[in-house]
Amino acid sequence: MSEKPKDEILYDHNHDGINRRGFLKCMAWAGTGTLCVMQGGVMKSFALNRVGDASTTAGELSFVQISDSHMGFNKPANPDVAATLQAAVDKINGLPVAPEFLLHTGDVSHLSRPEEFDAVDQILKSTRKETFFVPGEHDVLEDDGKQFLERYSKASNGGGWYSFDQKGVHFVGLVNVMNLKAGGLGTLGRDQLEWLERDVKHLKSSTPIVVFAHIPLWTVYPEWGWGTEDSAQALAYLKKFGSVSVLNGHIHQTMQKVEGNVTFHTAASTAFPQPQPGQASSPGPMKVPAEQLRSYLGITAVNYVRGQHALAVVDSKLG
Amino acid sequence: MRIRVSFWAEVIGGLLLPVITFSAGWVPVRARPEQPGTATAEVKIDNFSFSPQEITVSAGTTIIWTNRDDIPHTVVSDDKIFKSKVLDTDQQFSFTFAKPGTYPYFCSVHPKMTGKIVVN
Repeated sequence: MSEKPKDEILYDHNHDGINRRGFLKCMAWAGTGTLCVMQGGVMKSFALNRVGDASTTAGELSFVQISDSHMGFNKPANPDVAATLQAAVDKINGLPVAPEFLLHTGDVSHLSRPEEFDAVDQILKSTRKETFFVPGEHDVLEDDGKQFLERYSKASNGGGWYSFDQKGVHFVGLVNVMNLKAGGLGTLGRDQLEWLERDVKHLKSSTPIVVFAHIPLWTVYPEWGWGTEDSAQALAYLKKFGSVSVLNGHIHQTMQKVEGNVTFHTAASTAFPQPQPGQASSPGPMKVPAEQLRSYLGITAVNYVRGQHALAVVDSKLG
Repeated sequence: MRIRVSFWAEVIGGLLLPVITFSAGWVPVRARPEQPGTATAEVKIDNFSFSPQEITVSAGTTIIWTNRDDIPHTVVSDDKIFKSKVLDTDQQFSFTFAKPGTYPYFCSVHPKMTGKIVVN
């Protein structure tokens, strides 16, 4: 428990003390329960059991992202998605650093049915935290998402996108699962992009930004629709910011990418895994041995320490 | 109580039955251009794809889509001519194509899934 943190800058190509390759190396450890924190531009890594030690890793802001609960799914890949969502909630409630709120990056339900949304709300209640939602394509199957937006949207516009601030961090919830075109990818649309431009225009460039949306905002695998057609425009509006974190779901596996000041991260599902890009003939539910299922599911805990360049993002498996 | 049918009644019935059913127009579910208005054709939805992806039928044919995948899909015309509700596994949607033309469609949940109905 009293392990000395390892300071290492492995490659300092930009001579700015920000070590992107070291960051990526650290992120690769994240699945085993390592917290990567940047302090003063230097990457430090801590075993997860040290998180919560107020003198070294106490984030000023902690939150948890869950995704793809698919309430209502009952096929062999996971016959009991309510149980695995409950396991995710148990994990959240057991975190050494309690989150201040949750983000759910969509596919809350499997078939957009009211009872499915009700069941998720019921299970999340025991966290006693507020959850901020954005829809997945499974949440807007009928009625153009009206039901989802009435239930969960904090937006005053009809599109469902919104932003809020927490402890100096600016959060932006985007919707990229509506009005999908044949043969296309996710889409944000002109109205939403124009709103985004206005929303961040007057923020100081030192404001940390967290964008959350269902479908990845970078092109993970276009053959399977794993990307967003017009995300480049959105990212252009965020170019001035020193720290942008993009949190997505949809692909049911963790993946990360760093591009300049933007860190992209996808969360695991709490329901069922999907194959890695190109590793199967389609991106459908991937059946794994029952005793291994929970090791393919997970939650993502995020710590923000004021003054740091990047958020510390830790994925934890459910079992 | 066992119903007694004469042996010859059974033989004659067995010979006549196929003749009766075929002349009534009963056929396996398959497009039959020579009988517009009663024809149906099937498209299977499985593994994130429509198969056959492209199918040619004659005017008046009813296409029946059946979802055999373990994920829900929809059938939505590019030109907003037809639109199914969400189809979970084993659910079906059908549409009768009265007019000749080309009808591209896709799954609105997974828009990379596309198909085409060509109507002569």
